Amino acid sequence: MPLTQFLVLAAVLFAVGVYGVLARRNGVLVLMGVELMLNAVTLNLVAFSAQLDAVAGQVFALFVITIAAAEVGVGLAIVLLLYRNLRTPDLDAVDQLKG
Amino acid sequence: MVAQNVAFWVLAVVMVAAAIGVVRSRNVVHAALYLVVVLAGVAAQFILLAAEFVAWVQVLIYIGAVVILFLFGIMLTRAPMGSDTPLDNDQRLPAALAALALGVLLVAAVVDAFRGVEIDIAGRSGPTPTSEIARSIFRTFVVPFELVSVLLLAALIGAIVLARRD
Repeated sequence: MPLTQFLVLAAVLFAVGVYGVLARRNGVLVLMGVELMLNAVTLNLVAFSAQLDAVAGQVFALFVITIAAAEVGVGLAIVLLLYRNLRTPDLDAVDQLKG
Repeated sequence: MVAQNVAFWVLAVVMVAAAIGVVRSRNVVHAALYLVVVLAGVAAQFILLAAEFVAWVQVLIYIGAVVILFLFGIMLTRAPMGSDTPLDNDQRLPAALAALALGVLLVAAVVDAFRGVEIDIAGRSGPTPTSEIARSIFRTFVVPFELVSVLLLAALIGAIVLARRD
C-alpha cells in the first residue's frame, strides 16, 4: 500500500477537525473537532510505524490516545463549569474580558 | 494487496463523510454518533496497518470511554436537541476557507515528500505482537509512560475539582 494514501486521509481529517473547532459555538462540539485532529495525528504515527517497521510509532499512538482521554475529561469539566456559570454551553458567551 | 487497497478506500470515504457529519450536523447527539463512525474507521485503518493492539485500545478508550464522556457532557449541558438554535457561529465561511487552505497545503506537502513510498506489510509475519509493544513501553519509553500516568492522575483530580459543586 502506498504510504501517501494514509497521510492524505489524515490530512483531510485534520482539516475537517480544524473547521469544526473554528466554526462551532457549542463547547462540546468544539472538543469533538479537537478529537478529529488528534485521531488524524494518531493515524499518521501508526502509518509511519508500519512503514518503518518500528514499534515506537505505535507506543506514541498509545500515548496520544491516553492524553486525548485526559484532555476530554478536563475539557468537558470546563464546559460544564461554563454552563453552570453562564447557563449556556455557547463559547461566544464567554466575553467577560472583552473591552 | 488489492483487497487491502479496496478496504482502505471504502473506509476512507466513510470516515471523511462521517467527519463532515461531525462538524456539520444540526443535532449534537448525531454529531457524537458520527464521531463513533470516524473513530471506528480509524481503528479499522489500524488493523489494516497491522497495529492490532492500538486498534483495540482505540475501540476501548475512544468508543468506550471518550464518546460516553461526550454524551454525558451533552446531557449535563442540556445542549439544544432540536434544529431551532444554531450550533455554528457566524465565521463559517472564514473557517471553511482556513480549513480548505490548510488541507490543500498538508496534502500537497505529504504527497510531495512521500510519493512512491510503500508500506510492505505482506512481507511480515502477522500483526505487531503486543509483547513487543510492552517491551518498548517498559524499556525504552518507561519515563514517558510514568509521566503519562501522573498526567492522567492530575487530569482526573483537576476534572473532579472543576466539576464538583461546593
